Amino acid sequence: MTALRHTGYMTATHLRQLWRQPWWIAVSLVQPVIWLLLFGALFQSVADLPGFGSDSYIAFLAPGIVIMTAFFSAGWTGMGLLEDLDRGVTERLLVSPISRPALLAGRVVQQTITMVIQSLIMVGIALLAGATFSNGVLGVAGLIGVAALISAPFAALSTAFALVTRKEETLIATLTFLQLPLSFISSTLIAKELMPGWMQTAAHFNPVEWAVVAGRAAALGEGGFGVVASRAGLLLAFLALAAWLALRALESYQRSL
Amino acid sequence: MTPNAIEAEGLVKHYPGDLLALDRLSFAVEEGTVFGLLGPNGAGKSTAVRIATTLARADSGSARVAGHDVSAEPTEVRRLIGVVAQRGGADREATARENLRLSGRLQGIRWAELDRRIDELLERFGLADAADRIVRGFSGGMERRLDIALALVHRPRVLFLDEPTTGLDPEVRADMWQEIERLARDEGITVLLTTHYLEEADRLAAQLAIVDRGRVVATGSPDELKRELRGDALHVELERELNGARAGLDRLPGLSEVTFDGRWLRARADDGARAVPAVLAALDSHGVAVASVTVARPSLDDVYLRYAGRTFGEADRDTAVVA
Repeated sequence: MTALRHTGYMTATHLRQLWRQPWWIAVSLVQPVIWLLLFGALFQSVADLPGFGSDSYIAFLAPGIVIMTAFFSAGWTGMGLLEDLDRGVTERLLVSPISRPALLAGRVVQQTITMVIQSLIMVGIALLAGATFSNGVLGVAGLIGVAALISAPFAALSTAFALVTRKEETLIATLTFLQLPLSFISSTLIAKELMPGWMQTAAHFNPVEWAVVAGRAAALGEGGFGVVASRAGLLLAFLALAAWLALRALESYQRSL
Repeated sequence: MTPNAIEAEGLVKHYPGDLLALDRLSFAVEEGTVFGLLGPNGAGKSTAVRIATTLARADSGSARVAGHDVSAEPTEVRRLIGVVAQRGGADREATARENLRLSGRLQGIRWAELDRRIDELLERFGLADAADRIVRGFSGGMERRLDIALALVHRPRVLFLDEPTTGLDPEVRADMWQEIERLARDEGITVLLTTHYLEEADRLAAQLAIVDRGRVVATGSPDELKRELRGDALHVELERELNGARAGLDRLPGLSEVTFDGRWLRARADDGARAVPAVLAALDSHGVAVASVTVARPSLDDVYLRYAGRTFGEADRDTAVVA
């Protein structure tokens, strides 16, 4: 109970910061919008390839970009924590009776709420760009739910990473190193059937791929509910692992003091 | 006898790289008093505070704060203490009131009571007009006052102030001293203060522990510590450094604890004024020219020199800085 209440206070604190700088959401959407429009135009004819399975590339791409945006921006969650560590805010909280999980969960929840707003805007832009979400409002809700399931674990991992490395440079370097490969080894941009065999195998173990498959299934009604549920289960397990790692990282941070 | 608000017993703390921050540090703080941990940078004062406030764990030894063991019952301790760390730690993107509100909520204070308490603290620390401004725009003194207000929201029994006036302007420092005196006097709160300003310890602390290289080298009230030093402090500034020979100074009657530090000669004298001519004569006979001579009642600096075997300034320069 205390943990939930404290998570609420911390989430509110972080959200207030976002509320004071709402333009930040717009800035964070520039890149994904460019991808959506650029890739959408660039790869238009991919949909004509035999075996692609879908006839509108932008409709295929839109759920992928929503997932990609969720996973990319979650990676930066640790940056705010690094600032707090640097300024002594975290230490001040640690000598108060705050629930330890809440200290990190507040950031993860705030990031996930931000992601929901980002996703809704992305869906709107995708609709304007000509995409269709054939499963309707419910499908879009499912897509955003799946996006939350990829956002939360990566946000937790990002805080864990920040606690262990304590360096902005290391976090930035690691994210730029990981983000594109994890997106490319998934069906974010292209149907899995068109990927080389080894990449298809690697994609099986990629949480981003689980989210893309589930998100696309929810939004476009491909593969049915089972596809969504199985991938969502995997993502929940991944979230549990990430949360556990984040708490271990907080303990190891405190041991180092 | 009043119970102790803080008891630290044989605290040992190593940091990676074979750094021994605390070497069996022990001290006790009587309830309702201001206690000073005095020492140069890197002496281990902040490490001791981190352990007593449940932030860090000691490798061995134990600490009890407000009746609870810090490693066995950290949550109980956290409800009873207020901490002002060196770096402050207020959320600079939030307003003063929002900061206070979060601290109060995390301490479990009810809304209605919390709003009253916050207004009271804002008023008391002269922040009422700045209550709804973002902390980022605060002056150093304002931010420090907010740090202290944040530590007091839940009416703690023990307040830890880690280098509370470091980096503040002299006038702001004087205000802060008054504030700390007022806290101890009016609220009966126990204050543990770390400082590397001798005059700060002298002015604020009823009891002191002098810390050097992770150990307590002397304890007592500032007056007791100064009284233990027999006679006056004699400081002689030489024209140039004296090499080797002590010019027979240690054999002069009434003179003791002769030390050399660069161009400075320091000694204790039963009667400072009377010792001066003999000292000057002895130096003159060795052809050493004297630039200045001062005779002073002992200061905490002298106490530190006596127990740590070096001057405060030297120790500050020598010791690696451990945050």
